[in-house]
Amino acid sequence: MRKKRRSGLKESAIKAFFFTSGILAVLVLLGIFLTLVATSFPAFREIKLGEFFLNTRWDPTSPEKAEYGLLSMIMSTLMVTAGALVLAVPIGIGVAAYLSDVAHWRVREILKPVVEILAGIPSVVVGFIGIVLFGPAIAKVFHIGNGLNALNGSILLAIMALPTIISISEDSLNAVPRAYSEASLALGASRWQTLVRVKLPAGLSGIIAAVMLGMGRAIGETMTVLMATGNARSFPHGFLEAVRTMTANIAIELGEVPYYTTHYYALFAIGLVLFVMTFAVNLIADVVLNKYQEREQ
Amino acid sequence: MKKITIIALATLTLLGGLLLGAKMIQIKGSDTMVNLVQILAEEYMGQKPGAAIAVLGGGSGTGITGLINQTCDVATHSREWKPKEIDQAWEKGVSPKFFVVAVDGLSVVVNEKNPIEQLTMAQVGALYRGEVKNWKALGGESKAVSLYGRQSNSGTYVFMQEFVLGNKNYSTDMKEMNGNAQIIEGILQDEGAVGYVGVGYLYDENRQIRKGLKVLKISKEPNGTGYLPTDKAAVDSGNYPISRPLFMATNGKPKGVAAEFLQWIVGPEGQAVVEREGFFTVGEGKYKAGNDKNFK
Repeated sequence: MRKKRRSGLKESAIKAFFFTSGILAVLVLLGIFLTLVATSFPAFREIKLGEFFLNTRWDPTSPEKAEYGLLSMIMSTLMVTAGALVLAVPIGIGVAAYLSDVAHWRVREILKPVVEILAGIPSVVVGFIGIVLFGPAIAKVFHIGNGLNALNGSILLAIMALPTIISISEDSLNAVPRAYSEASLALGASRWQTLVRVKLPAGLSGIIAAVMLGMGRAIGETMTVLMATGNARSFPHGFLEAVRTMTANIAIELGEVPYYTTHYYALFAIGLVLFVMTFAVNLIADVVLNKYQEREQ
Repeated sequence: MKKITIIALATLTLLGGLLLGAKMIQIKGSDTMVNLVQILAEEYMGQKPGAAIAVLGGGSGTGITGLINQTCDVATHSREWKPKEIDQAWEKGVSPKFFVVAVDGLSVVVNEKNPIEQLTMAQVGALYRGEVKNWKALGGESKAVSLYGRQSNSGTYVFMQEFVLGNKNYSTDMKEMNGNAQIIEGILQDEGAVGYVGVGYLYDENRQIRKGLKVLKISKEPNGTGYLPTDKAAVDSGNYPISRPLFMATNGKPKGVAAEFLQWIVGPEGQAVVEREGFFTVGEGKYKAGNDKNFK
């Protein structure tokens, strides 16, 4: 009797522990969100919402007139992210398809961990490679003076998003029931046809989720773009121009901004915009991924 | 389990750092001065085995904010404090004392393939305000100007804006680099480039101007005589128009290791290092008088 009660106590203690851990993650997220909202709100006592989102000029320390226009930076972030996806999605899905369908199991056993190690390379190292390797290469290929531009940032972010895209896409391709491809092969389809017309569509929602997660990584990345994109504040007109992303701007200015000034609050407002963007992307990825898991069950 | 080990290790290192930090003085700020102060600290620690000095860069603005928020013991800065910053310091009970430890000839540099040798102050200002987009307008080849500068937390950025741009906005096309060294790297590769760096960054390890760089002569007036920032006589006399003092600041009168270190820097041994690293000595004039006053 006593033993039973004790084990019951133990059980509820463990339950409580896991419940607290779970709820803690939610509380932290909520806390970050509320802090961001509370700290960015005072910025809009001085900055008009229209100016914040539609003006292209950001110069809070200007001796002439402080300006708080975020549009150039939103555009830069979107450009660099889009460029990264254009490069990373085809390669990522290609590698995933190769790993799941073509590669010998021994090759896969080696390649998959290697891809996952790629995710562990510190962003400052990737940025450094951008400065010493891709920068000069881009300058040479396009006959321009320097390679510190949006293209460089896109290439580096593509490298950083690849492991996420490959790993999750490969999982989703592996999760496609064997019966699908067996049926397709039995009907006389080639392996290529089976892969492209049967397996990829069947695993599509997982692949979409992989792309969205890779995109979330690219939007939020800071150090790499800070080092490799040149950080010019002008509105970007092409991939060969220097750009400054929202993350890089926060990193550059937060270290020296006087506390509790409009500039300080405005930096938090940029953080809020970023948070909302990555949150939306991750949420969509999650919904898509859930849908696909439900269907598989 | 792995995660717990990592967290435990991180906490231990942090605690260890804090305990050691009790005796260590933290110096933070100007990127222009970071190499110089690092070398000064190393030489000083070599002579005084008990002293522990850690030097960080990050920009003058970062150092000044650090001193105000008391996250460092000494701030290094290549511009003077803004009135707003001094007010903030007083509000937080920090009373900064300033010491001039070296003099810098702020250097305007281009790629060696650029045929231009000399610019006036007004021309440099026009370049950085974005009013001149092509080197042809200044008598060079027809090549697009590619501006390299620092970020707004840099003292050099603020100094240039005040003294060369005439308190006008920088061109938004300027590439804003993390430090002097990155500007130099950019200019070495980019034939249309122009950048500004502290004079100590011009040299390689053999005390020669780095290969691939060209340092421009700067004149005050159009058609005036141009001078090089590497010319000690021109910088001392003020003929070189964009020289500036480099500062270190402490909270109140410096004490303990910080005081001894500062005294050593402005003394003959420290100033010999300053000269060896390409910067200029404080001299006997007004800077020395200011330093002496603040030590007392």
